[in-house]
Amino acid sequence: MFSLIVGLVVAVVLLVVNIVLLKISFVPKELRILTIISIMVGYVYWGFEPFAHHEMHPHVAEASYEFDGKGDIEALEAQAKEIEAKGGDRSALDTEIAQTKEFWSNVVAISELSGNVETGSELVVANCTACHSIESEGFPKLMEDTDAAAAYGVTPPDLSLAGRIYDKNYLAAFIINPVKAMHIEHKYPVTGSKVFPMPGSDWMSNQEIADMVAYLQEVASKVDAPTVADGASDFEIAKAKNKEVFEAACVRCHSMEYAGIDAKTSAEAMREYIGATPPDLSQHIRSRGADYLHNFINDPQRKLPGTGMPRVGLTLEAEKQVVDYMEQIGDSKKQEREALGPIVLIYLTILAVFALLWKKQIWKKLH
Amino acid sequence: MAEFEKANSIGEWFDQRLNTSGFWRVMMTEYWIPKNINFLWAMGALLAMLFTLLLVTGIFLLMYYKPDVNMAFDSVNYTIMQEVAYGWIFRNIHGVGASVVFLVIYIHMFTGIYYGSYKKGREMIWLSGMLLFVLFSAEGFSGYMLPWGQMSYWAAYVITEIFGGIPFIGDELVIWIRGNFYVADATLTRFFMLHVLLIPLAILGAIVFHFYTLRFPHVNNEEGEFFDYKEESEKYLAGNQKESKVIAFWPDFLSKDFMVISIFMIFFFYLVFYHNAFAMDPVNFDKADGLKTPAHIYPEWYFLWSYEVLRGFFFDIAGISGKSLGLIAFGFAQIIFVLLPWLDKSPMVKPANQRPVFKYWFWILMADLFVLTIFGKLPPTGINAWVGFYASISFIVLFLALPYLTKLEAKMVGGK
Amino acid sequence: MINESRRGFMGKAFGAVAAVGAVGSLVAMKRSWDPLPSVMAAGFTTVDMSKLEENKLEIVKWQGKPIFLLKFAADMPAVEKRSVKVGEHYYSVMIGLCTHLGCIPAYSSANKQFKCACHGGEFNAAGIHTFGPPPRPLDIPPFAIKDENTIVLGESSPEYEALIASLSTDNNIA
Ligand code: HEM
Ligand code: FES
Repeated sequence: MFSLIVGLVVAVVLLVVNIVLLKISFVPKELRILTIISIMVGYVYWGFEPFAHHEMHPHVAEASYEFDGKGDIEALEAQAKEIEAKGGDRSALDTEIAQTKEFWSNVVAISELSGNVETGSELVVANCTACHSIESEGFPKLMEDTDAAAAYGVTPPDLSLAGRIYDKNYLAAFIINPVKAMHIEHKYPVTGSKVFPMPGSDWMSNQEIADMVAYLQEVASKVDAPTVADGASDFEIAKAKNKEVFEAACVRCHSMEYAGIDAKTSAEAMREYIGATPPDLSQHIRSRGADYLHNFINDPQRKLPGTGMPRVGLTLEAEKQVVDYMEQIGDSKKQEREALGPIVLIYLTILAVFALLWKKQIWKKLH
Repeated sequence: MAEFEKANSIGEWFDQRLNTSGFWRVMMTEYWIPKNINFLWAMGALLAMLFTLLLVTGIFLLMYYKPDVNMAFDSVNYTIMQEVAYGWIFRNIHGVGASVVFLVIYIHMFTGIYYGSYKKGREMIWLSGMLLFVLFSAEGFSGYMLPWGQMSYWAAYVITEIFGGIPFIGDELVIWIRGNFYVADATLTRFFMLHVLLIPLAILGAIVFHFYTLRFPHVNNEEGEFFDYKEESEKYLAGNQKESKVIAFWPDFLSKDFMVISIFMIFFFYLVFYHNAFAMDPVNFDKADGLKTPAHIYPEWYFLWSYEVLRGFFFDIAGISGKSLGLIAFGFAQIIFVLLPWLDKSPMVKPANQRPVFKYWFWILMADLFVLTIFGKLPPTGINAWVGFYASISFIVLFLALPYLTKLEAKMVGGK
Repeated sequence: MINESRRGFMGKAFGAVAAVGAVGSLVAMKRSWDPLPSVMAAGFTTVDMSKLEENKLEIVKWQGKPIFLLKFAADMPAVEKRSVKVGEHYYSVMIGLCTHLGCIPAYSSANKQFKCACHGGEFNAAGIHTFGPPPRPLDIPPFAIKDENTIVLGESSPEYEALIASLSTDNNIA
């Protein structure tokens, strides 16, 4: 509302300025006309682009890569305040706030422990490899993707890269309580009949969880860089690396047709699993833009409350790689565009100078 | 036929047969333009240039575009944008060009209004110009459907739906336009035909006609001055160019046009390379989905003002439904500019700032159009809906009042 | 024409700069007619040779052309500089277009020869012309042997280079 009034006031002021400008005679006339038109065009542009966007897409909290639960707690507290303001009962939320605080302070405590890779390895083999493959370590997939999707509801991820692409705190939180870490309590309520395929391991000790996280990090650090053709450009190498992260982080659910990538879980299975079909991501860099994607991937519920997409817990680094990959596929001519742009603009400037000189020469005889 | 002498040059050979030098003289070197004009008179040539750019880039897009609901989106966003060499630049030029051409059309049109170039013998220029405006609008609308994104689909859906409001035949008419009960493959293919063949042909014809209409009344000038072209052109041809009030179309007028066009192209290609999202809406990079309406639907910026007039009437008045009122107002907005030469009853041909009453009318109209445009994009809820309503009413009132205001002006001026 | 000359030097200079831009755009226009990367990539066809039966012609499509694949039976002698050995067997791998005017010859297993319906040309199982107007044996497409069962059409290989090299030095192959 405030910016609306400001906008209208600016409009009126500009119109007055326009009329005054028309009267100032020491500025060359054509320049005055150009100024007036530029002001008007700029104003309309401001109105239907930045201003309209601002009105239609309300700002949400900035992305955070700390994974310490602060955002969760703040959101819950805001919700509680709202209920209170309306005269409702906030006691249920208060219990949740207390639980959430405890949960995350525990996670933060785990992150301060130093994990033992050996024990972590034993724990992971005993607890995880029945469903998850870790191909880089020689634990193969036990089922085809489609069968796995049928058995679990979604294809379980391979864990080779988990220790690198997912945040350390997030991994710990996820192992303890996946649904809470992913922010999909609305899809899998504690009291509901639907159960998330991966059981939480809240029975483990903090040290054990720290050990498992340490092991996963160790595994990920040993994964070789993806192979590329000999003589591949830096761009191609970066693209292959980005693709690896994208495939690990997103492709269990999403396809990327323009890169020839099919989701590992079928659309039907996904509908069962989260109640929606995840969109193909080929053009999301154009339809959503990098900023939106970062904010969304970081915590989907914040941008799109109720969405079926879980928080995946990517580190800032991994998330950048994912978004870069979407750009390399969805806007693959960006480099070419940015290289050609300056050349064309410089050429046109030269052309304009010549046009100006010619016009001056012709019009000298007329005035 | 008189006997032809052997030609001494290729030029002469053609001249003997086609009278090329005569043609050149009539069309170019002895086509007289007033000297007293500013760069706003270059907007017409700029429009011709932009139309050419649209035509050429359109031809290149046409080579890979597939008018089929299953293929259209990917043929544009994958084949043309990612695969075809320089396909992206053709699309960006076409998309940005389609948007910017309306900017220049509006500048051209309001220049005409500001300087009174639609009056006294120039009515046909104005009418043919309005015909071009209608054709460009149809061209823009049909072209917007082709990438088959979410905005393509829903804009097509909502706009064709408008025809449903026409009494008696509405429902059948909508189906007839779409060729189906909903916006479907048949709709896409017929709008494809319109966009690449019928409307461009009509535009070409209308441009030629528009140029022809300029020939006898001549273009207006900064002061709305009438003078004797014969006398002035004789001065010019006698070498007295500095005193003559006219200049030749070629090279005098065109050298300036080329200058304006060249400078404008810097701005244009800046948009093409670095700032094209305003013309290629992000929402349209989602594939069309007839079962999912986007959160906000809005037309391209150049249709926003008339769209807002349509939406402005959101409640019933005197037993007439809001929908019908909106439609009537929308119809009014579409045709009212055409009638301008007859609504303006003042014989004065002068720039608006020299017209005691019209100058207020002009700037209030501009402000109203800005408000309509800006609110046309915002969600029509709460205060926005009311602003839209009052702005729409103002638009209508402005035009209804124009004949009275200009009569008043005529009296004031006459009485001086 | 006096008006023409009035354009003067600056007019010509402006025209020249504009022409540079026009040529630049023509380059982009020309390039947009080039085959797409996907077309170029589709220039390869992988063939599983284990599916072929002896003395029975198999036709696959490569770059829109018919490719003749013929597995030689035990009683069919391999022809030097024409036959391709993949795994244990010899094959003919040839572009199935008559070298006369491009019709597609038909194979008769009984006669072990190709006959072209258009002007009566004939080729033996190795693709060497034996009768009629065809001026030279059937052409050999670039191929690469991947393993004992697989070849890729469209990709060059030492085997293919060797065949082509020997062909060009030996015109009297028939
Ligand atoms: C793309 C479409 C159009 C093209 C190519 C075009 C072209 C031109 C050209 C070359 C001129 C002469 C130079 C000048 O005054 O700029 C002109 C004049 C004019 N046009 Fe257009 N025009 C177009 C659309 C329109 C529209 C939409 C209108 C308004 C309804 C319009 C109204 C006029 C008027 C009133 C003049 C006379 C200006 C004067 O006498 O000062 N034109 N047009
Ligand atoms: S084309 Fe085969 S014999 Fe003429």
